[in-house]
Amino acid sequence: MEKISILRNMYLNLKISKFKGIGLVFFILLLSIIIGLRNPNYLTVGNIRDMLLDTTILAIMALGMMLVIVTRGIDLSVASVLALSGMLVGLFVEKYQWAPASVTIFIGLAIGSFCGAITGFIVAKGKVMPIIATLGMMNVYRGLTFVISGGRWVNAHQMPESFKQMTRTSIFGIDFLIFIAILVYIVFYYFIYYTRTGRQIYAVGSNPEAAHITGINIDYILQLVYTLMGSLSGLAGVLWVSRYASAQSDTAMGLEMSVIAACVLGGVKITGGSGEVYGVLLGSILIGIINNALPLVRISPFWKLALQGVIILVAVIINAIIQKKVER
Amino acid sequence: MEDYILELKGITKTFPGVKALDAVKFNLKAGEIHALVGENGAGKSTFIKIISGVYQPDEGEIFLNGERVSFKNPREARMMGIATIYQNIICFPDMSITDNIFLGHEYINNYGIKRLLWKKMHDKAKELLHLVGNDIDPEEKMGNLSIACQQMVEIAKALSQEAKIFIMDEPTAALTQHETEELFNIVKKLKEDGASIIFVSHRIEDIYKIADRITVFRDGNYIGTWEKSQLSRDDLIKFMAGREITQLFPKKKINAGRELLRIKGLSKKGVFTDISFSLHEGEILGVTGLIGSGRSELAQAIFGIHPVDAGMIYIQGKPVRIDNPVKAMKLGIGYLPEDRQKQGLVLPFSIMENITLPVIESLSQRGWLRQSNEYMKAKEMAELLQIKANSVLDKVYFLSGGNQQKVVIAKLLAAKLRILILDEPTKGIDVGAKAAMHEIMCNLASKGYGIIMISSEMPEILGMSDRILVMHKGRIIAEFNRDEVTREKIIEVTINKRDFNQGTL
Repeated sequence: MEKISILRNMYLNLKISKFKGIGLVFFILLLSIIIGLRNPNYLTVGNIRDMLLDTTILAIMALGMMLVIVTRGIDLSVASVLALSGMLVGLFVEKYQWAPASVTIFIGLAIGSFCGAITGFIVAKGKVMPIIATLGMMNVYRGLTFVISGGRWVNAHQMPESFKQMTRTSIFGIDFLIFIAILVYIVFYYFIYYTRTGRQIYAVGSNPEAAHITGINIDYILQLVYTLMGSLSGLAGVLWVSRYASAQSDTAMGLEMSVIAACVLGGVKITGGSGEVYGVLLGSILIGIINNALPLVRISPFWKLALQGVIILVAVIINAIIQKKVER
Repeated sequence: MEDYILELKGITKTFPGVKALDAVKFNLKAGEIHALVGENGAGKSTFIKIISGVYQPDEGEIFLNGERVSFKNPREARMMGIATIYQNIICFPDMSITDNIFLGHEYINNYGIKRLLWKKMHDKAKELLHLVGNDIDPEEKMGNLSIACQQMVEIAKALSQEAKIFIMDEPTAALTQHETEELFNIVKKLKEDGASIIFVSHRIEDIYKIADRITVFRDGNYIGTWEKSQLSRDDLIKFMAGREITQLFPKKKINAGRELLRIKGLSKKGVFTDISFSLHEGEILGVTGLIGSGRSELAQAIFGIHPVDAGMIYIQGKPVRIDNPVKAMKLGIGYLPEDRQKQGLVLPFSIMENITLPVIESLSQRGWLRQSNEYMKAKEMAELLQIKANSVLDKVYFLSGGNQQKVVIAKLLAAKLRILILDEPTKGIDVGAKAAMHEIMCNLASKGYGIIMISSEMPEILGMSDRILVMHKGRIIAEFNRDEVTREKIIEVTINKRDFNQGTL
């Protein structure tokens, strides 16, 4: 009797976990068809490529956010870190026009890691609840961006050509942004599934008490995930400023919510312990479509935000209903 | 002097305000099963945590194979071959079985890129699971397993660490009789393979079934160690409780009164089928059967948590439809869930707030809650049930398991009910609290309550029930009266049924 119920459980689990991905793919296709019917331009190669390019930054950050959420945390400061890193890099290339573009990537990573490390320290050692700590740091980093820039923008004509071209080149025939995203996803996939530390992140989120007894250094893991999150945000800052050729103090305001939404859509459990790389990728793509396609179907910009919210909610609810159905 | 594989001397551990352990000693021979018993609060759990390195003792010495050791953290104890299987299974529910077994000592590629060797780990996990008699897919998520299965995984984990000493903290607390037997077989097998086992329990039955020697703790003190054959059950209870518990099951025969509840042909597809019985005033109706026999689901159906597909419920002769718990409460039915912490209590609330929660309306005037009324009501109930606390304003969180259970009962009593459905009312509480709980149930019965008591514990079922229903695979397969029932009869019907079913499959 015991065995039968286990088998049944296994079968259901398999179905659900597969379905999670399939459900999202299905929803993405459905949405694409609807939008495609209203505006045939949507399904052109050029548009899809544009959309993917716009989604890469979100997808990169969602990966870091997933790890933070897996440890039962949240990071609201990511958009601010992006802006700070973007602004600093913008000011840097303005002053040092000769600087090679590759250096800016490292500067961005360094600034982001540093910001993330501070947040991580407050959460891990200061024992401040993540939502409070990162809410505070969100304002600190955003404020710093204004202070450092003095409220001014770094515009396209103030940036060296090499920096602006960075995100417009391609590597092995793949657009630079997409190449970076693929690289980040491969590295993180390996890190999450094939290293001890990666598994420990999930252990900490799944059951902190058990993790402690197993001998996992929880503080270290927390410090690590916020630092990683910061480094990805920092990287995103460089990519953003290069792609849009403009560094502003209010860059990416509110992006943290899209990042979190991508995770939730991708099936990352907001209470921690569970989340998959493929889910986050699909979630990011879905958010990307929602963000980019709505203007194409001539929806009033006033309605855009509200509609985005509704679509996200519908997707989450449909996913939940399907899962419940399957479990029965 | 005998050779002990593990010996602890003069262990003292103080927490702010409490002396959890006072110079206790303990020793373990190679290849023995040594039961460590005591009531809740006796210091067993603290003691285990000292052996397994979670806590460090304030005083005292630990000898492993004759050598003095000290563990700074759980990892060190594990490296020395001490594996602990905790009471509340400490696992990672979101992760796979393989993850759970190997976390902390994964197989890693030592050459080139250091990656986790999943295939090797899955294969080893499969092998270990097979060894403990369980052929589950190691890629299955831990959280999807039954508690019994999770325990097997924990044992597999200990085996993977090549442990020599197994500490099991209340391993049978959440298991059914059948699962317990399976666990015992594995424990015996471990012993045959040369492992030493410290078996912590307060189920006296289990102890006599499995242990070679018995050590008793009480209130943080060492009471003594005996060979099993030299210690009678009565003495053991006496040592544990520190007082004579004259009668464990004080149920008096009373004449059943009017019919309170009648169930006719209740069915829920795939869960239970064609259930019919009745319950009278002053009666305790015992319902037993393996977990999965549908007993808890039946209780929840009567209480309106899950709707039924067919059948009728009559209360005092009148047919009723119960489709939610509020309605059930209005009709006078109360339900004590098995998992009281999760389903029965609001832990951060005070005793008072918990007790008065279901009757808060009646204690209010014009929408304002009268605190004095609330306090009086709670105090009355707390005294009635002898809840041990400084005041009814104490947070439930800090109470012992037995006292928490009393609060849940108090909550039901405050609500003026006639029919109580108690699901495993004494699970996980110690001998003293158990006796108190049984006394309360008897008092309630004699006051005219009708009680349905679901229990896996045979002595409790036999001792407390006026009538006994045995359920199996969603059906009532036997009904016994108090006078005619014996333990053998109940076991016989369940086993026969099982054999029969397996025969037809």
